[in-house]
Amino acid sequence: MYATFDLDRPGDLAGALALLKAKGAVALAGGTNLIVDVRAGRENPRRVVSLDKLDSLRGIRQAGGKVAIGGRTTVTDLLRSPIIAKTAPALVESARQFAGQMVRNTATVAGNIACGSPAADLVPPLFALDAELTLASPRGQRTVPIASYFTGYKKDVRRPGELITRISWKAPPPRSRALFYKLARRKGDAITVVGVAVALDIERGICRRARIALGAVAPTVFRAREAEAMLEGQTLTPALIESAAKAAAAAARPIDDVRASAAYRRHGVHVLVRRLLGQAWEQLS
Amino acid sequence: MPKKKASRKPMPKDRALALRVNGRTVEVEIPPHRTLLEALRDTGFVDVKRGCEKGDCGACAVLIDGVAVDACLTLAWTVEGRDIVTAAGLGTHENMHPLQKTFVEKGAIQCGYCTPGLIVAAQSLISMTPNPSEEDIRVGLSGNLCRCTGYAKVFEAVREAAAEVRNQRSRR
Repeated sequence: MYATFDLDRPGDLAGALALLKAKGAVALAGGTNLIVDVRAGRENPRRVVSLDKLDSLRGIRQAGGKVAIGGRTTVTDLLRSPIIAKTAPALVESARQFAGQMVRNTATVAGNIACGSPAADLVPPLFALDAELTLASPRGQRTVPIASYFTGYKKDVRRPGELITRISWKAPPPRSRALFYKLARRKGDAITVVGVAVALDIERGICRRARIALGAVAPTVFRAREAEAMLEGQTLTPALIESAAKAAAAAARPIDDVRASAAYRRHGVHVLVRRLLGQAWEQLS
Repeated sequence: MPKKKASRKPMPKDRALALRVNGRTVEVEIPPHRTLLEALRDTGFVDVKRGCEKGDCGACAVLIDGVAVDACLTLAWTVEGRDIVTAAGLGTHENMHPLQKTFVEKGAIQCGYCTPGLIVAAQSLISMTPNPSEEDIRVGLSGNLCRCTGYAKVFEAVREAAAEVRNQRSRR
C-alpha cells in the first residue's frame, strides 16, 4: 500500500549532497514530516537520502558571541542545552510545546524550517533571533537570513538538492528578553492557531531592538516590521504597546480553517503581542 | 493500463536486517520503504501497537538507544545495530520494571492499547529527567493519546515509578 522508494544512508555530508542532486531524491532527517507525507501520498520520492549517519550535522556550539546549531539537531537537543536556555529562551518555550515527546526526540530544527509550514513552531523564535541559515550544495554553501528564506506558502529560496546544514544567531545582549506564546486547542500535540515570538533589547531605558514574529496567521511566518519600528528608539508605555499590537494584528493575513477563524486569529495576535511585549518590558524594567 | 506512473519506479529490493530487540538479535527481510513498526510486528513484537501511523498517538513508541521514538515514522533500515527496546523488554513477570509495576498498581490501564507506548515514553522521560515535575510528566507524555482518557492514573503511576527508580539508584 505504501509508496516505494530506494534508501541511501551516506556517511558524510559530501556524499549526501551528491546523492541529493539526483532527480526525485529527498533528504530524510527526523522523518516526522516526510514519512507522514509519503504515506498520505503527498510526497512520492524515488530515492530517500537518510541523514541519520551525519552526526557532524547535530550539535549546539557557542563561540564568541555566536551560537550555531547543526541542521540535524533535534527539538529535544534544544531542550537539554544550557547554551540554548541562555541565548534563546523563546526557542526553548516553543520546543517544549512542540508536538509530543517522540516527535521532539527525532524532529530536527532544519526539518521544521524546511517543511515551510506557517505554523512551524521553532520558526517565530528564530525570526526574533535574526537567525541565519546555511544552505549547502555540492557547489558550496551560502547564508540566508531566515527573514528572507520563505517566499510563500510552503515556498522558500532553497534550491533542489540544497540542505539546511546550520542555523546560527548572535547571542543577545544582557539587557534583553525573548518570549514565545503558542495558542492552540491544547498544550501538547497540537497544531498552532497563533504563534507569537517577541524580543526586546533595551539600553538605558530605551528599546534598541524590537522583534515581533508571527506564526500561523499568514502564508509564511513573518515579522510585523511596522509594529517593530514603532517601538525602537522609544520608552515603552502601555499606550505604545497597544498601538504596536494593533499594527501587528493589522499586518496579519490569517485564514479560516478547522482550527480557528481568521477573525479569532487576528484578535489572538492583538492580545498576545500586547501581552508578551508588556511582560518582556516589565521584566526588563 | 493505468498505474503507469507507479511502474516507472523500480521496486526496491528486500534486505536481510539484523535488528537488536530486547537484548536479542532478530533477522528480518524488509525493503527500504518499510518501517520499524512493520518489522517489529511482523516478527512477533506485538506489544508495539499500530495506531495513527502519523506520529500523533504514540502507541508504537519504542526506545532506540534509550530514547523514545515513534516506530511508525522510523525506517527499519536506519536502526540496524541500534539498541531497540519495547515495553515488554523493560522487565519480566518475575522482575517487573517500576513503571510496569506502578501502572498495574495504580490501575493506569483501561483498554490497554496505549499502555506500551505510554510506558516507553515514560521510561524515556524519567531517564532524561529523573525527578520530573507534574508539568514535566504532562509534557513528556503529550505525544501519547489515551482515548479512554485515563491520564490521571497514568501521571500518578509515572510519578511513583520515577521515585522508585531514584530509590533503586540511591540504594546502589
